[in-house]
Amino acid sequence: MAGELAIEAEGLRKAYKDVQALDGIDLSAPAGSVLGLLGPNGAGKTTAVRILTTLLPPDGGSARVVGLDVVAEAAELRSKIGLAGQYAAVDEHMTGKENLEMVGQLYHLPKGEPQSRAAELLERFDLVAAADRLVKTYSGGMRRRLDLAAALVARPPVLFLDEPTTGLDPRSRIDLWETIEGRVAEGTTVLLTTQYLDEADRLADRIAVIDSGRVIAEGSSDELKDQVGGERLDVTLESKDEAEKAIAALTPIAAEAPAMSDGLLRMPVRERRGVIAEAVRRLNDVGVGIDDISLSRPTLDDVFLTLTGHVAEEAESEGGEER
Amino acid sequence: MNTTLSDTLVLARRSIMRIVRAPDLLLAYTVQPIMFVLLFVYVLGGAIVTPGFDYVDFLIPGILVQTLSFGGFATALGLAEDLKKGLVDRFRSLPMSRSAVLTGRTLADIATNALSIVVMLVVGVIAGFSFDAPLTHILLGLLLLLVFGYAFSWVFAFIGLSSSSPEAAQSLGFIFLFPLSFISSAFVPIDSMPAILEAFAEVNPFTIVVDAMRALFLGTPAGNSIWGAFAWSIGIAAVFAFLSVRRYKRAVVK
Repeated sequence: MAGELAIEAEGLRKAYKDVQALDGIDLSAPAGSVLGLLGPNGAGKTTAVRILTTLLPPDGGSARVVGLDVVAEAAELRSKIGLAGQYAAVDEHMTGKENLEMVGQLYHLPKGEPQSRAAELLERFDLVAAADRLVKTYSGGMRRRLDLAAALVARPPVLFLDEPTTGLDPRSRIDLWETIEGRVAEGTTVLLTTQYLDEADRLADRIAVIDSGRVIAEGSSDELKDQVGGERLDVTLESKDEAEKAIAALTPIAAEAPAMSDGLLRMPVRERRGVIAEAVRRLNDVGVGIDDISLSRPTLDDVFLTLTGHVAEEAESEGGEER
Repeated sequence: MNTTLSDTLVLARRSIMRIVRAPDLLLAYTVQPIMFVLLFVYVLGGAIVTPGFDYVDFLIPGILVQTLSFGGFATALGLAEDLKKGLVDRFRSLPMSRSAVLTGRTLADIATNALSIVVMLVVGVIAGFSFDAPLTHILLGLLLLLVFGYAFSWVFAFIGLSSSSPEAAQSLGFIFLFPLSFISSAFVPIDSMPAILEAFAEVNPFTIVVDAMRALFLGTPAGNSIWGAFAWSIGIAAVFAFLSVRRYKRAVVK
């Protein structure tokens, strides 16, 4: 394996007709780490995954996964990767058990192993009770778990997850996160794409923020947050009418001018210590009622907004991922 | 075992299980051919003049050929569905044979086509059809039907990989196959057609295959039709297998 990198890509480019889906992106992930590709729909995340999983040849640039070139050594690479995605690619007309056994047979596992491996994964993914039911009777969360189990059948050292929780209810999302974290603890390298900032924040060691086919920022969650500055005070006022009074009272302790929207006042602060007490005192002095007050670190939402000038979710209305 | 063969068998089993699990699909292979035989024999048969033949004897080889040409529609539907649902992506990311998804489905079609042949022959015999040929010819005729059906499974594989949805795949197949199968000697003597259609029917591979079937089942003069029928079938299978595999390798999820 070249160095300790499980995934390395340089200058990947891909165009569909007149759309430049990838415009020269570099990615790298050390073995055993989780790399998050974060970006809105249409940013190029799925295209990157398709290239790295040998489904699509790049127009330019090169990529290696576990040291194997994704174009020249594609056939050999396929036995070393697992792919699970937002489309939950399992056969609805087969049972969960049959799906996993079929995938094991197609990975050419030794005789008997597709069956034992399927049983093991059904157990681990809490699908034993549903093992002999047709997948079309499964809930969305169960399908995703089965899809993820299918990607793990051959114990691949690298796992690609394309928007693994898109469309899932909150409970199923948390379940799936825990499963993914379990994989990582066992040493699997994971590349995960997501448009959810909290997902990247929770799962990824390193995050590459992608917009319009380019990596516009890269780093750990904390490093990215540092790029947008320090902590922030949020004050919810009892009455929106008192906004001007509140701004005047708080400006002296703000690092930048406070912003007011819909009864919520936000301002960056210079010093964390004592700032809440000070703010409460100042508002009290001018007679402004406080409904809620809190200090918060910037979220990846703020990071995205700062880097791209638009909010991550806004792009969702554009419709489907680039394909 | 060779991996292409073992992968093909794994996926053929998947297609067959699908049909066993959802028996409504079986209607297409059983009730539909029965219906067509009965409609043609008892509704249209009386009005169609087939000199030298009872209409039921004339019809059975023709309608067998037409039914078998449609037998591969499950391949088109299945592939279009696999593409739509992302299963093709999963298969293409696995270290399996690149053509097995296609060879598996077309292999499964042979089993359902065999079922259709049996059902139609039973109904045909009940409606009055009788063979007039040695057993070896009859067996060769059955083989020709299966080879011809297999060739059209590859046509449907290509249609399935080329259309935007399972529904589109189905109507595309029908739009293309209905005229082709009707403008042939399958249902009426071609000299009853307007000159332009007759000229087309004469060179239509459907006519060649139907004529070969009549020779093999009824002992009519074969000419070159038997060799021609096998040559067309193998040629169609080869061309569309090549096109389909090439298309599959480049397939993109819709």
